[in-house]
Amino acid sequence: MIKSLNESSLTRYDHKMISDWVARDSRVIDLGCGNGALLKHLQNEKNVSGYGVELNPEMISECIENGINVIQFNLDKGLGHFDSNSFDTVILSLTLQAMRNPKELLSEMMRVGKQGIVTFPNFAHWRNRWQIAMSGKMPESEQLPYKWFNTPNIHLCTIRDFHALCLDLGFQIESSIAVRADGRSSFGLKALPNLFGEIALCRFSKP
Amino acid sequence: MAFPPTDSVGFVSPQTAVFDETIELESRGRLDGYQVVYETYGELNAQKNNAILICHALSGDHHAAGYYECESEQESLKTAGWWDTMIGPGKPIDTERFFVVSPNNLGGCSGTTGPSSINPETGQPFGTDFPIVTVNDWVRVQERLSNYLGISKWACVAGGSLGGMQALQWSITFPERLRHCLVIASAPKLNAQNIGFNDVARQAIRTDPDFHNGNYYREQATPARGMRVARMIGHITYLSEDMMALKFGRNLRKKSKFDYEFTPEFEVESYLRYQGDRFVSKFDANTYLLMTKALDYFDPASKTDDCLTTALANVSADFLVTSFSSDWRFAPERSREIVRALQSNKINVSYSEIKCDQGHDSFLLAIDDYMNVMHAYLKRIASECDHEAPHD
Repeated sequence: MIKSLNESSLTRYDHKMISDWVARDSRVIDLGCGNGALLKHLQNEKNVSGYGVELNPEMISECIENGINVIQFNLDKGLGHFDSNSFDTVILSLTLQAMRNPKELLSEMMRVGKQGIVTFPNFAHWRNRWQIAMSGKMPESEQLPYKWFNTPNIHLCTIRDFHALCLDLGFQIESSIAVRADGRSSFGLKALPNLFGEIALCRFSKP
Repeated sequence: MAFPPTDSVGFVSPQTAVFDETIELESRGRLDGYQVVYETYGELNAQKNNAILICHALSGDHHAAGYYECESEQESLKTAGWWDTMIGPGKPIDTERFFVVSPNNLGGCSGTTGPSSINPETGQPFGTDFPIVTVNDWVRVQERLSNYLGISKWACVAGGSLGGMQALQWSITFPERLRHCLVIASAPKLNAQNIGFNDVARQAIRTDPDFHNGNYYREQATPARGMRVARMIGHITYLSEDMMALKFGRNLRKKSKFDYEFTPEFEVESYLRYQGDRFVSKFDANTYLLMTKALDYFDPASKTDDCLTTALANVSADFLVTSFSSDWRFAPERSREIVRALQSNKINVSYSEIKCDQGHDSFLLAIDDYMNVMHAYLKRIASECDHEAPHD
């Protein structure tokens, strides 16, 4: 997947949080791995092994040069490539919103792995709400820099939406946090994540 | 423009390794001694850890890169090696960093012992007395060549199509003797459609009256018509439908109207005939028959209850598997079968599926995404050579 978001400021923080949730020496697969930066980080910090999945040819070359195992295929075609229960952690970072069938992909994630980690832009962030309320138009932001007609982000959701889907799929939510795009936290963010969180990070497992 | 080009390995000449020993073949045939012709490019480093083995495909040989010195520059120009796009100074398989070895396989017709070689028992060419050889046999012969050259472990074994099958077999037969395995536009075994195409080619050759049951050498004949048909059908399967439409369409040759006769009228007809004729002049029919049989027989999973994952259980090399979207002879799905089996064994593998129109022959072409992937992977291997312990 081409990362459909501006993640420059977020990346470091995002990686640090995910790294905290990944066990040392475990098997990891990163769906939509981009240039492999997260996997590289996890290899260095946690000695993990596994694969990245990516579609963009330029990113494939970068992953290979970075020493990352990368498999080129389209996530919209499911995870048939991977055996059931073959990974400890399945990561889907800032990619869910661009998938054709997010529900299907989430259940596939729980087929191949023990725990899932998903990060996504929270559409219920107050600035999005404000833009719709004031201009009556689809919101645009640094995180979502597209028009409604050319955005690759076809399945945007809010933190509440995502939790409801996890419940529907029978997943157990282990942790859920929201952050600002610059990675900083605040009192408001902790109290009202669905209003003040720009990026949501969620960890879930099979019950 | 200077010739040979500066990004080429320049003028090369083949070498010969003579093996004065018996080899028992998978087909239960045997050869009491044989020779292998090979070329090398670049220098083996002091640690002996920068050697790359190139395995050739159906109609290939040891001349993978560079040019042969001929009477005229124009003649030399026509002698570019079959993988000259990939091998040379600054190219993905960078001869400034790697020592590249490219042998001609047993049963070949370019100098390695094959059906057109003289059988020492009879003093006549082997012809159809030459035993059937398999991918397994080739890999064992290549291993003997490795020993002969003093290479205990390859930095990488690489090949496309039938060459990819040899690379894969290396990782199974001699897992400790290669660090990386590059399997390009290949498959873990042929399917019925592929075997069917091969048999059409074989029938074309074997039913040519000039075939003389394989002993056409002593009749001073060549089954040229059969070879031509075999190559024509092969060539069609190496291109994609879209590519042929783009290249030839329904264009007529040097005219605008039909003549309503059986001479070649469409561009595509004369192109395929030209390719067929060219092939007849440089390839031996018996070798072609052997190579297609080796393709048909290759199936490492047949020894492990048809489970490729089990067949690859002892593999320890890291892999790059590459396929091409328009390749219908060795379709991407076939490469994915290899990737899946490697994944199930938790092997380090990267897989790239190159989007292009050129069909199976893409693996020989300088397609940007393909070149980038190869560059990236080989750069990784090269940097390892600097840090890796010597291969003793």
